[in-house]
Amino acid sequence: MKSNFNNEANEAAGDLFLAELRPGESGQILGVCGESPADRRLMDLGLLPKTPIRVLRRSPLGDPTVYEFRGYRLCLREIDAARVRVRPDSGQKAPPGVGSRLQTPA
Amino acid sequence: MSSAPKENQTFPLRLGLIGSPNSGKTTLFNALTGLRAKVGNYPGVTVERREGSLDLSGRSAVVMDLPGTYSLDPISPDEAVVSRVIGGEIQGVTAPDALIVVADACSLERSLLLIGQVLLEERPTCLVLTMMDELAARGGRLDTQRLEDALGIPVVPVVGHRGLGIRQLRECLTASETWSRPPVLPPEDRELLSAWVDSVMAACHAQRPAFHALTERIDRVVVHPVLGTLLFAAVMLTFFQLIFAWATPAMDWINDAVNLASDSVRTLLPAGLLADFLADGLIAGVGSVIVFLPQIVLLFALLYLLEDVGYMARAAFVVDRAMARIGLEGRAFVALLSSFACAVPGIMATRTLPSPRDRLVTILVAPLMTCSARLPVYALLIAAFVPAANVVGPIGLQGLVLFALYFIAPLAAMTVAAVLRRSLLPGEGMPFTLELPSYRVPSLNLWLSQVGGSAMAFVRRAGTIILVASVILWMLLTFPRSTPQPDLEPQAAAAYSLEHSAAGRVGKFIEPAIAPLGFDWKIGVGLLASLAAREVFVSTLAQIYATEDPDASLREAIRTDVNPETGLRVFTPPTVAALLAFFVFALQCTSTIATMARETNSWQWPTFAFGYMLLLAYGFAWLARTVTAAALGI
Repeated sequence: MKSNFNNEANEAAGDLFLAELRPGESGQILGVCGESPADRRLMDLGLLPKTPIRVLRRSPLGDPTVYEFRGYRLCLREIDAARVRVRPDSGQKAPPGVGSRLQTPA
Repeated sequence: MSSAPKENQTFPLRLGLIGSPNSGKTTLFNALTGLRAKVGNYPGVTVERREGSLDLSGRSAVVMDLPGTYSLDPISPDEAVVSRVIGGEIQGVTAPDALIVVADACSLERSLLLIGQVLLEERPTCLVLTMMDELAARGGRLDTQRLEDALGIPVVPVVGHRGLGIRQLRECLTASETWSRPPVLPPEDRELLSAWVDSVMAACHAQRPAFHALTERIDRVVVHPVLGTLLFAAVMLTFFQLIFAWATPAMDWINDAVNLASDSVRTLLPAGLLADFLADGLIAGVGSVIVFLPQIVLLFALLYLLEDVGYMARAAFVVDRAMARIGLEGRAFVALLSSFACAVPGIMATRTLPSPRDRLVTILVAPLMTCSARLPVYALLIAAFVPAANVVGPIGLQGLVLFALYFIAPLAAMTVAAVLRRSLLPGEGMPFTLELPSYRVPSLNLWLSQVGGSAMAFVRRAGTIILVASVILWMLLTFPRSTPQPDLEPQAAAAYSLEHSAAGRVGKFIEPAIAPLGFDWKIGVGLLASLAAREVFVSTLAQIYATEDPDASLREAIRTDVNPETGLRVFTPPTVAALLAFFVFALQCTSTIATMARETNSWQWPTFAFGYMLLLAYGFAWLARTVTAAALGI
């Protein structure tokens, strides 16, 4: 799936999927994986490269999660947030293994 | 409103209102057109079409409230409506002459992506910035003059709910021919568009507003894992309280008024066909709809209040995961919950669902929820046939049976939804998106008009159809007139006439079909009559059994009724179980069918719903009869 990624060249080792960021953490969007209509919609919602994003909280049942970016609060399900690459802001990178519960989208 | 010169009347200026959900588009539409909206559907899709008229200093204009959208790049045919309307590609819908993009000033950065896409359409466009007051209150800043320069189109700031800036906007709209156009179009590529957004934000000296501090504090409680769940449960309990307790006095009052009206018709008019028609056909028919009005008004009052305050999005956020299991989303929960009062407001509440497929699935399963019209039927049958014994401690068998009937309904709705999702109506692959707006103090005027509008829509849409249906049913139950022997008592004579009426004959005709369930022709007539509204079953049985007091003696009459041919009881425990199961599943409700037809803009889906529910009803009734018979060794 990495081959679909728009900004492959810019990716660094610490980069994560948006779904892997935990509440309270923030980062910068690198891009949405893929070009499907659903992916284009995620972009049109404002999930575009260089956009700063912050994870506010998860629903009591664990999914979806509220994100804050571009001046609004939007809930996304894990399955959709797993199509977005982010670079976590320095000093708060998630420890390895945190994202392991995440299924890699097909 | 049209004291204006008539020269331009034939070609009103058409203005298309575009904006994302929560942008304040609807508030602006109401402020411009004064709530006089014409509501319809776009041809071929289930998208609501709203247009309102507006008088621009002598020139008449039509404002088209286009469906809320985040993007002009559609995922589904229903979403494509916005771009197709703009391009004039829908037959019978004239393309707008000019476009008004609505954006929330507090989240301009997000809206600029949509604004960029609209500018690429190269139509006369102006931008309306709503919620400028909130922007200032949260310490945000925005130079609208510089924004105008950066975009190259007119920008009008408004505070829609207070009507501020509306006058300036109307002036601006008068001169749409002279609107400036952007000297350079924004880039088409999304990443470049993002950079364009940044440059526009920088050019208008935008200072991002601080977080709405109160919203942050409230959300810490409202979506807290424990407190939030408790609050959610409390809100749901309030719904049930509304439906079953608080609405009851008003419903009783309406019932009394309806009875009083039909009694006075009977005393005022000579006994005969006209009095029968007015009292039993017309007044009883209208009454059976109006009696649900208190529930519906209270329900919409709470729904819109929670929506306007901003809680509804949080409720959807809390339950989304559970709903995702059956292939639906959080917002569908509210609609299904409303259907516990009545499927009609439940189906109307599905309008908040952005995905048309989700909406259709929710509409199709909503009538399975235990609406309050089923309660009188359950009450009669349980009181008559379920022993009042206590099972465990104070918990009685009657209560348990009622609880089970209520519990089966959502289970069935969820199962059918999951099946529909996996077969006929799979998802569109649209990402789930739900915005959490800032909490706000709702506008009383808006709230009242929302509640009033929905109540009126219920009375108008369901009322007309149910009126026609009850008149037809009355005629079936009355004609052809037969002359019973003169020595019969009046009640027995009424029963005789009924047996020989068209409905009685149809009941006898369908008897072979319902015999496997243990139903005789009398139950058949009751089921037929209950098509108008489920609780009519009780009054029809009362008529058939010619009892005066439908509560006490009807119970006795059906308990002791014997089939004259076989000499056996009609209402045996297996038959009652079958009848209860039938009422759990069958779509015997003309108002629901009418509302479904209206909301899906087709007769195909209501027919489908009626068909699958009838199949379920028949199947489960047969199963219930067989299982009960086996269990009791009959």
